Amino acid sequence: MSAEEKFDVIIIGAGPAGSACAYILARAGKNVLMVERGSSPGSKNVTGGRLYTYALEMVEPGLYKQAPLQRRVVREQIMMLGENSAVNIDYVNYDFGEDVPQSYTVLRAPFDEWFANEAEKQGAFVASGILVDGLIEENGKIVGIKAGEDEMYADVVVAADGVNSFIAQKAGLRPDIPAHTLGIGVKEIIELPDEIIAARFNLQGDQGAAKVAIGCSDGIAGGAFIYTNKGSISLGLVLNPEQVGQKGRSIQEILQDFKMHPAILPLLEGGKTVEYGAHLVPEQGYQGVPSRLYRDGLLVVGDAAGFVINTGTIIRGIDLAIISGAAAANAILNSIEGTHAGPLYMEELQKLALLPTMKMFAGWHSIISIPRMYKEYPELANDVMRFMFTVDGQVPEKMSKAMMNIAKRHVAVKQMLGDGWKLFKSV
Amino acid sequence: MGVKQMEAAELLSLNKFNVDEDEPHIELDKEICGQCVEKACLYVCPAVLYRLNKNDEISFDYAGCLECGTCRVMCKNKGIIKWLYPRGTFGVNFRYG
Repeated sequence: MSAEEKFDVIIIGAGPAGSACAYILARAGKNVLMVERGSSPGSKNVTGGRLYTYALEMVEPGLYKQAPLQRRVVREQIMMLGENSAVNIDYVNYDFGEDVPQSYTVLRAPFDEWFANEAEKQGAFVASGILVDGLIEENGKIVGIKAGEDEMYADVVVAADGVNSFIAQKAGLRPDIPAHTLGIGVKEIIELPDEIIAARFNLQGDQGAAKVAIGCSDGIAGGAFIYTNKGSISLGLVLNPEQVGQKGRSIQEILQDFKMHPAILPLLEGGKTVEYGAHLVPEQGYQGVPSRLYRDGLLVVGDAAGFVINTGTIIRGIDLAIISGAAAANAILNSIEGTHAGPLYMEELQKLALLPTMKMFAGWHSIISIPRMYKEYPELANDVMRFMFTVDGQVPEKMSKAMMNIAKRHVAVKQMLGDGWKLFKSV
Repeated sequence: MGVKQMEAAELLSLNKFNVDEDEPHIELDKEICGQCVEKACLYVCPAVLYRLNKNDEISFDYAGCLECGTCRVMCKNKGIIKWLYPRGTFGVNFRYG
């Protein structure tokens, strides 16, 4: 690469947002450079996780069929853990696996590498192993990037540099991310033969299961996840970092406790951990999206823009990244050499349903912030089940009285009413 | 063999790292850290790279960093005086992610 080159668009970061953007722009004939700091795309990225397929379909129908996806998810499970017990909700819907399957479990190293490669096939240049140090600004407009000694110029720069987005910070679009808006995700990849995964999770062929769990975080706001992959299981936690700090317990230790829980361990037994990853998650939803997502010559997409939705049962990030990358690409294509691409980008985010969807779920963050969601309510659910299944030869308590006593033991009636009202109001 | 509790060091040994021996990407001011009461870094770093030594001072090794950024956003007194991503190609290389 020569010291000074001019592109139509430079994209910082070859994650799903960057690659979706690069793919669409290159397909339309734009001269696109995508710069990635990892030695290959995906080598710095970690997900829970799953990908909702509609997003890839929006980039290119049928593209998902070639993608290195893991298992198509038909089983959705919610687990509430007690100390030595668990309440499981197991929802299976085989429609989720039909036609274009609704979602797939995914591992980011192979997926991101594949997606960047697809963008390359469309004609984008992908430069891996290069850390972008900063932006070049001329007369208030972003006109390029600096990477070491190199300066590269473009009509538009797209910041797809992930949750920490130093680029958006350097552009003055937002301050460093406040800790209370984040979750820390930690994850082990545990290898297991496919037939064992299928038997333990009640799956056939390439069907997959996704499990979320609460009551396993030592009272800290957050939860756990298990996703079934091909030949492995992704097991992890996403916790509020401030509460981890206050608790004074290492998040790594809390993960180990979850792994050894009597309701979890049998799912993993015989498995072998092959990787340990960690990543921040923008957890605040709509409120966490910076008020400005663009400047003259710069658009911010994906995690860098805070595009994540977490309802407790649905956790979306990769799909929103892809949609925002597509929105940025459409905006650039609709602009004249990138001029006023910013307002067009905001229009596209509306049109592609991203911002309206985030707005719809805006209240959900306040449910996640009910502290009793992580200890008291899961314990309560377990105690209710214990009552309903216990036989000990004694005359049991009257059901209504027993339920009232169980409820009172964990949460004051006033608090429960308050939480119920909050729930009702938020959704 | 089987699934068991694992220490951070053991977990990190499973990962592929290309450590930048010439340039640490995170640097601390030990004096500022010495005055910090919370020391959230001890608990929030998923790789448990922040530890207390015998003299109750923070000791830190950037070599096993997973590059999540949690220590930076949680650092109250700004004892972390430098937090950059490692230079291109250096640092952790996730094979699964």
